[in-house]
Amino acid sequence: MARRSAPEVNAGSMADIAFLLLIFFLVTTTIDTDRGISRKLPPPLDETVEPPILKQKNIFVVELNKNNDLLVEEAPMQLSELRAAAVAFLDNGGGTGDEACSYCKGERSPSSSDNPEKAVISLRNNRETSYAAYIAVQNELVAAYTELRNRESERLYGKSFTQMEEELKDVNYSGSKDRLKDQIKQIQLMYPEKLSEAEPKK
Amino acid sequence: MSKFKKKKGGDLPAISTASLPDIVFMLLFFFMVATVMRENNLKIENRLPQADQTEKLDKKNLVMYIYAGKPSSRYAASAGTQARIQLNDKFAEVSDIKPFVLAERAAKREEEVPFLITALKVDGDTNMGLVGDIKKELREVQALKINYTTREGAATGNLE
Repeated sequence: MARRSAPEVNAGSMADIAFLLLIFFLVTTTIDTDRGISRKLPPPLDETVEPPILKQKNIFVVELNKNNDLLVEEAPMQLSELRAAAVAFLDNGGGTGDEACSYCKGERSPSSSDNPEKAVISLRNNRETSYAAYIAVQNELVAAYTELRNRESERLYGKSFTQMEEELKDVNYSGSKDRLKDQIKQIQLMYPEKLSEAEPKK
Repeated sequence: MSKFKKKKGGDLPAISTASLPDIVFMLLFFFMVATVMRENNLKIENRLPQADQTEKLDKKNLVMYIYAGKPSSRYAASAGTQARIQLNDKFAEVSDIKPFVLAERAAKREEEVPFLITALKVDGDTNMGLVGDIKKELREVQALKINYTTREGAATGNLE
C-alpha cells in the first residue's frame, strides 16, 4: 500500500464565505439602546373617589412651559439646580410629633415638606413642551430620589441602593435574595417615589 | 556543492493569508452576539433624548415598543410633517394603541402578561401633547409599566 497523504482541502474561499456572513450581519442588525427611565403610570382615575387633600407645603410644583422653561414653585430655575432643590424638599422633614422624620437630614423648615412619605412632587407640562425637556426633568427628579435612597441605604446596609438593585437582578448573587428584597422595600418605604403628573395643559 | 543552498534572492515571499478567515470569523461572532435583529423599519425620525438614571430592559420578549416622532423625509409627503405614532411597521393613530396593546397581550402567555413593559421610543423634538395622549391610552388599557427609552448621557444635554 502506498502511503498517500490526504489531499488538503483548499480553504482559500473560507474567508470569502465568512466575509459574506459578516456583511449580512452588519447590515441586518442594530445595536439597540434598550435602557431607559422606568416609570409606573397611575391607574385610571376612579371618579367616585375623592382625591386626598394635601397640604400646600407638601407639594413641590415643577412646571415646564411651552418654551421648555423650568418653573419650580413658580420661580424660574436652571435644570442643573433642580436635583438639589428636589432633594432639599424631600429631605426637609419639617413635621413634628407623629409626622416627624427621624432620618431626614434637611433643614426642617416648617414651610417645606413634613416628611418624605407626605412629600409629593407634582410635574406639570404643556402640550407644546418638548419630550427631551420632559425627560431631562424626569431624569433629575428620579436622580433626587436615587440620591436620597443611596444615602439611607449606605447608612443602614453599607451599600448603595443602586448596587442593591443590581444585585437583585444578578443571578450569581451569593447572599439571600429575600433579605435583599426586604431591604430594598424598606428603603423604598423611607423615600417613596411620589411623582404626580397632571394632564398636560393646552 | 554545498548542502546549504543560498536563499533565492529577488522576489518577496507572499504574505500568508491563512489566518484571515479566523480574524473574520472572530468579527462575525462578535456581531452575531452583540446585535439584535432589527424588528421594525423606522418610518420616523428617532433621536432619543439623553438620561443617566436608566435601567436596562433585559427581557426582550416582554417589551412592546411604541415609536413616535416626525415622519422621516422619505415619508413626509404621504404622512405629513407632524409627529406621528408608529406601531410595528405602520403609522398609527392614538386610537390604535389600545388594540395594539390588547393584541400584544393576547400573543403572550397569561402568566407573562403582568410583566409586560411598554417602551416608549419617542423622538426628543416631539411635543408632550402626543406623549400625553399615548400615556392616557396606556392608562386606560391598564398597561401601566412604561419605560422611556433614552440614550446614555447627561440630562442637561437635552436642553440645547
